[in-house]
Amino acid sequence: MSALAGPVLEGPNGLRPVPWQRMAWVTWRQHRFAVAGMALFLGGLATYLWIIGRRLHHAYAAAIACHSASSVACVDAISEFNSLYRFFLGGYVLQPLPALIGAFIGAPLLARELETGTFRYAWTQGFGRWRWTLAKLILLALVVVAAAAAMSVLFSWYYRPYFGAGNSALALRAWSPLDAYLFDLRGTAFAAWTLVAFAIGALAGALIRQVVAALAATLAAYTALAIAVGMFLRQHYLAPLATTRLNLPSSAWIVGQWWTKDGTFAYAPWPPGDLAFRLCPPSVVGQGKSTSQFNAVIQCFNRHGYAFWHHYQPASRFWTFQAIESGWLLALSALLVAATVWVVQHRAA
Amino acid sequence: MSVIEANGLGKRFGSTWALRDCSLAVPAGHVAALVGPNGAGKTTLLNLAVGLVTPTVGSVTVLGGQAAGSPAALDGIAFVAQDVPLYGNLSAADMLHLTRNLNRHFDQRAAERRLAELDIPLKRKAGRLSGGQQAQLALTLALARRPRLLILDEPMAMLDPVARHNFMATVLTTAVDEGVSVLLSSHVLAELERVADFLVLLSHGRVQVAGEVDELLAGHRVLVGPAAEADRYAERLAVVHARSGGAQAHLLVRMNGDAARVPPGWDAHPVGLEELALAYLREPDAAALPGPARRTVTAVAG
Repeated sequence: MSALAGPVLEGPNGLRPVPWQRMAWVTWRQHRFAVAGMALFLGGLATYLWIIGRRLHHAYAAAIACHSASSVACVDAISEFNSLYRFFLGGYVLQPLPALIGAFIGAPLLARELETGTFRYAWTQGFGRWRWTLAKLILLALVVVAAAAAMSVLFSWYYRPYFGAGNSALALRAWSPLDAYLFDLRGTAFAAWTLVAFAIGALAGALIRQVVAALAATLAAYTALAIAVGMFLRQHYLAPLATTRLNLPSSAWIVGQWWTKDGTFAYAPWPPGDLAFRLCPPSVVGQGKSTSQFNAVIQCFNRHGYAFWHHYQPASRFWTFQAIESGWLLALSALLVAATVWVVQHRAA
Repeated sequence: MSVIEANGLGKRFGSTWALRDCSLAVPAGHVAALVGPNGAGKTTLLNLAVGLVTPTVGSVTVLGGQAAGSPAALDGIAFVAQDVPLYGNLSAADMLHLTRNLNRHFDQRAAERRLAELDIPLKRKAGRLSGGQQAQLALTLALARRPRLLILDEPMAMLDPVARHNFMATVLTTAVDEGVSVLLSSHVLAELERVADFLVLLSHGRVQVAGEVDELLAGHRVLVGPAAEADRYAERLAVVHARSGGAQAHLLVRMNGDAARVPPGWDAHPVGLEELALAYLREPDAAALPGPARRTVTAVAG
């Protein structure tokens, strides 16, 4: 009989376990303030983004519709769009959002019980310890994912003007959909990152057993993971395309640049500065930094047998990359949740 | 049926053994007191019994062989932990609702009636109740689950004398009326004298005494005689604790049913539970363990 110790759904006496759905009320009653706090914060942010987003979209429409782009009115319209809402420009300030949601909902989930001692109440009720943990984790994960998904729909709408195909030609701000700071705010990735932050928080809480320390550890672990993925991992989801074309669209995500001489690798990412002065006439090498001047230098190099290569990920891969990133983040979250349940069930309290 | 049975049970935290070599069987139908000084391992033993702590060595079963912490075990045991952990931001009514949701059985009406009798407002947050009210609320929640075994860890630590009396009266009534077995720990010996009919005495992480109170009291006597003869007789008798005041010596002796061993010229007096427990606590090397627990140890070792 004692061999049945551990997670068994049917007790040795054939007694039916307490129904899972009872945890809905329990979870709501215990976490309603945290959930309401999150809803209030996200609701405020969403309202603000909605208001300024409408102005951003109006400014963009005006800039796009303007005829004779060099006219004063059009230059004004373009600079109006380009200078709007610098706070949210490029998505940088929204990057910590998944970590904040995940840490403030996920980290206290077990850490508070362990810190205040209420786990000795919760884990000795008939519902059972691992079932209690799993039910809470899944219910709150659903809440967190739903909130994040709603936010990412709003972000997708808000940032859409920056991905317009004609932006570069009109000197309007343009980003690649694969840009490190915008990619994970849109599509399914935002919800996936929020879920993983929640799962990290739950595990950190179970291991560290202190709310504040678990919060700090969650933020640190999430930041490290997000930076590592953005800098080193994401660009390798699919083999990048290579080209010597100079007029890559602004939607392409350039992940590498290097030079070849007569077909073999020469320099990366740039040749030494004095080489340009030796190969090219001074009129070409001048101090200017405009695109045409830059292209003139490259053409001069080309005549000497050099070629300038780009590795890039085309914007058409956006949804493939979203699927890959969301997929492995989901798998990682499932693993973290399983680890959390294991820790709760097996570690001495 | 044993409500709790331990075989060679031990728990180590880091390099310290909180409980070791514990073999014990508490039969059903008792109010069993788990007594010992602070740090003796009482809380560890109770936490092992409800599955909050897993054994380092040995095993512990509850309610006639259920693994501690298993669903069947948790279903039949109500546990009130030390310092009575409740969710401070939930109202008393919410705590009832919470406990009802987390268990197969919950007697809502009995719980509400009891809280009304105790003048505990249903709408007040648990964190704003007095220490005594929190203990009573926790006991109410535990009793409403209709457990077969009620485990209370230092239940009276937060209570004033009147509240202690009421608390123990409730526990006793429940034990008698509903046939609930009770296992409660305390380091306040005087509290237990009135209620306990089974004694488990823990000291330094080991079980020192385990047995029914009636048998323990019947099996021990205080022998009073001349101090000069005390040492001579002490060798022949199972002396638990010796105390001499002037010319007279008081020997607390384990009789093993052998009244003839009272030396001539000495008087044998019955012993109280508190006196008995104190004597053993003062002599950590003395032990009075009944047959069954001992036999299980041998069986496990063999």
